[in-house]
Parts: sequence; structure tokens; C-alpha cells
Amino acid sequence: MNINLTLIGQSITFFFFVWFCLKFVWPPIMNALVERKKLIADGLAAGEKGKHDLELAEKSAIDKLKVAKNKAAEIINHAEKRAGEIVDEAKDHAKVEAERIVAGAQSDIDQEVNRAREELRKSVADLAIVGASKILEKEVDARAHAKMVDSLVAQL
Amino acid sequence: MTTETTGEALTATGYIKHHLTNWTYGQFPDGSLGFANTAAEAKSMGFMAIHVDTMLWSITLGVLFLWLFWLAASKATIEVPGRLQNFVEWIVEFIDSSVRGSFTSKNDLVAPLALTIFIWVFLMNFMDLIPVDWLPELAIWIGSTFFGADPHHIYFRVVPSTDPNATFGMAIAVFFLVLYYSIKIKGIGGFVGELTLQPFSSKNKVLQGVFIPINFILEFVSLIAKPISLALRLFGNMYAGEMIFILIAIMFSTGWVFGIFGGFLQLGWAIFHILIITLQAFIFMTLTIVYLEMAHQKH
Repeated sequence: MNINLTLIGQSITFFFFVWFCLKFVWPPIMNALVERKKLIADGLAAGEKGKHDLELAEKSAIDKLKVAKNKAAEIINHAEKRAGEIVDEAKDHAKVEAERIVAGAQSDIDQEVNRAREELRKSVADLAIVGASKILEKEVDARAHAKMVDSLVAQL
Repeated sequence: MTTETTGEALTATGYIKHHLTNWTYGQFPDGSLGFANTAAEAKSMGFMAIHVDTMLWSITLGVLFLWLFWLAASKATIEVPGRLQNFVEWIVEFIDSSVRGSFTSKNDLVAPLALTIFIWVFLMNFMDLIPVDWLPELAIWIGSTFFGADPHHIYFRVVPSTDPNATFGMAIAVFFLVLYYSIKIKGIGGFVGELTLQPFSSKNKVLQGVFIPINFILEFVSLIAKPISLALRLFGNMYAGEMIFILIAIMFSTGWVFGIFGGFLQLGWAIFHILIITLQAFIFMTLTIVYLEMAHQKH
């Protein structure tokens, strides 16, 4: 355990090591640590911001959905109303049409009836003449008695 | 145990002495240079000698530490760190928080200084955990086989921190830093004032004159005690630890029963020693930080 030049050698070595550490070892590592801390903090902040944005987006999505629902309901209401109107219109139209058809049919029927009545009248007139001639048993001048037969027919 | 290769005698004393002698290169009293063959020769060299083993191991370990850390530092990335960088960052953060905890002034030197002390001292202490005969025996084998040296006169101490030169060398370096920053921060006047005007002071000029030498003695002792306690604490702990390892190693030559018992003892002491080597490195570092903090404090 002699104290000798080793003492000075060790001191010099120590100073050299400290200098090296101060110059080449400590700053890059410390720098990396500080930078990474910043990076992580930034990342966390960005994450927080993203979360916030997501919340806002969700909120706005809900709002938009509500508006869309309202709008859809409104449209449906409107459509239902319109459909009712269309149905009513169609009903009215159909009624009118039906009435028109019925009226047409009625007039046809009336015509037909009139025609039938005319025919019947004629037939009755003929029949009456035939009957009368049969009754009289003698030839009757059809032309001479036509006027009388016609007035008879008109009475039918 | 290797009594047959120890220098002085084939005894336990010789074994211990051999283990406690440094590989010394220096100037013999007659002026010639060379390696000391015996502990007495090493002593006769006085101050003009150097412990080759202490220098070799301390520099090797220091270079290993700085190389490893430099490797991590040169590839340091702020992205996901690799294993080495992770490990280095873990230590650096630990040191940084220790320095922040006790050093309040602004000085970029202190943290790297603390890191260097902690790791270097730890590695030097760590050499104590290598079984006491391995590296000396290797040195003896290399020395006698390749260099034709007398195996009895090959000394090889592998734990630099059991050499007071190493611990005092570091403590003195720290002490110089303390003096430098004391004077730089407080000025010569402030520093001298700190040494002479407290703890006792008086408004009375005569009384103050009496107090100055008393203050100086008190403060000077406490100032000088800093490097001495720093060096002796580390040296004492490591020297005692090494001595116990050597004593346990002697048990290996005393038969099976003691040998096995010694094996358990060595294991137990080595495990306990892990705590001591780390703790001593930490204490050296912390006290250095505290002393430098005191140097930066103005009264």
C-alpha cells in the first residue's frame, strides 16, 4: 500500500474519463431522453386532441342524425298526406267517371227503352190493324184508316 | 489456493501478502528503472513508482464503460430505444435524478462527473467479485510462460479500488473541483471568508481576530476531511471486502470440509458484497455531488 505516482496517474485518468463522458456520452443520451419526452408528450397531446375531435364528431353526427330523422319524418308525413290527397282525388275522379258511365248507360238504356217502346208501338199498331181487320172481316183500306191507327198508336 | 506460486513463503501469511502486493514499476533506489520483484523492493521505490495492475484495470474498466456508453450515445435515437440504449438510459436517468435531487445550481459538469464516478467505481469494485485467484493466476501463467518471469515475483491485484492510490486519486480530483468551483463561484475572498469568518464571528475587532485562527482550524479540518473521508471510505470497504475473500480462499487449502464451508462463505459474502460495491459507488457519487453543491452555495 504505497502511495506513489499511481495517485497522479489515477487523477489524470479520472479527469480524462470525466471529460470524455461530459463531451461524448452525456449530451447525446440526455438529448435523446429530452427529445423522446417531448415526442411522447406531443403524441399524448395529439391523442387527446383526436379523442376530443372524435367526441365532437360523434356529437355532430348525433345532431345530424336527429335533423335527418326529423326531415325524414316530415317527408313521410308529407308523402302520406299527398298520398291521401291522391287517393281522394282518385276517388273523386272515379266517382265522377262512374257517374259519367252510369249516366251514359242510363241514356243508352233510355234510348233502348224508347226504341223498344217505338217498336212495340209499331207492333201494337200492326197488331191492332190485323186484329181490327180480322174483327171487321173485311178489307179495310189501310191507307184510309192509317190516320186513325196512328192516333191510336200514339195513345199507347 | 496457490501457495506454491506465492512469493514470500508457502504460508497463509505469504499468500495474503502476495495478494496485497501491487505489480509495481518504478525507479529503484540506485536509479535504475524496472519492475519490483518483492513488496520490499516496491516500497523502496518510494513515490517514483507506478502500480501497473491498478492503472491497467482502472483504465480498462473506464474504457469499457465509456466505450459502451459512447456506443449507446452515438446511436441514441428518440424513437424506440434498443436494449443497450435502454440500459444506458436507465442509468443516465437514475444519475440525473440523483443529481437533480441534491444539486440545485447550474453546472453541466456535475451529472457526467457523477455518472463517471458511479460506473467507474462500481466496475472497479466489481472486480472484487471475481474469485481472488483467477486473474492473478492467469497473470502468473502468462508472465512465466511468455515473458519468462519468475512466477513468485508476479504480483497482480485486480481490484483498483483496494489500492489507496486509486481512491485518493479520485478523491483528490474531486477535491480540486470543489476548490475550483468554490473559488469560481464565491471568489477568493468569499472562499477565504468561508474558511475564517465562521462558525464564530463577532462585531468586536479584537475578538474577531481571535476567532479567525480558530475558525480556520475548524473549517480547514472539515474541508480536508472531505477528500480523505471520500477516499478512505471506499478504500476501507473494498480492502476489507477483498481481505475477507482472501481469507475465505485460504480455507480452500485446508481440506474438504473447510473447503466446502469456505465455498458457501464465499458465495454468501459475494452476494452481500454486491450490495456493498454498489452502495460504495453510490456513496462516492452522492458525496461528490453534495460537496460540489456546497462549493456552489454562497453564504
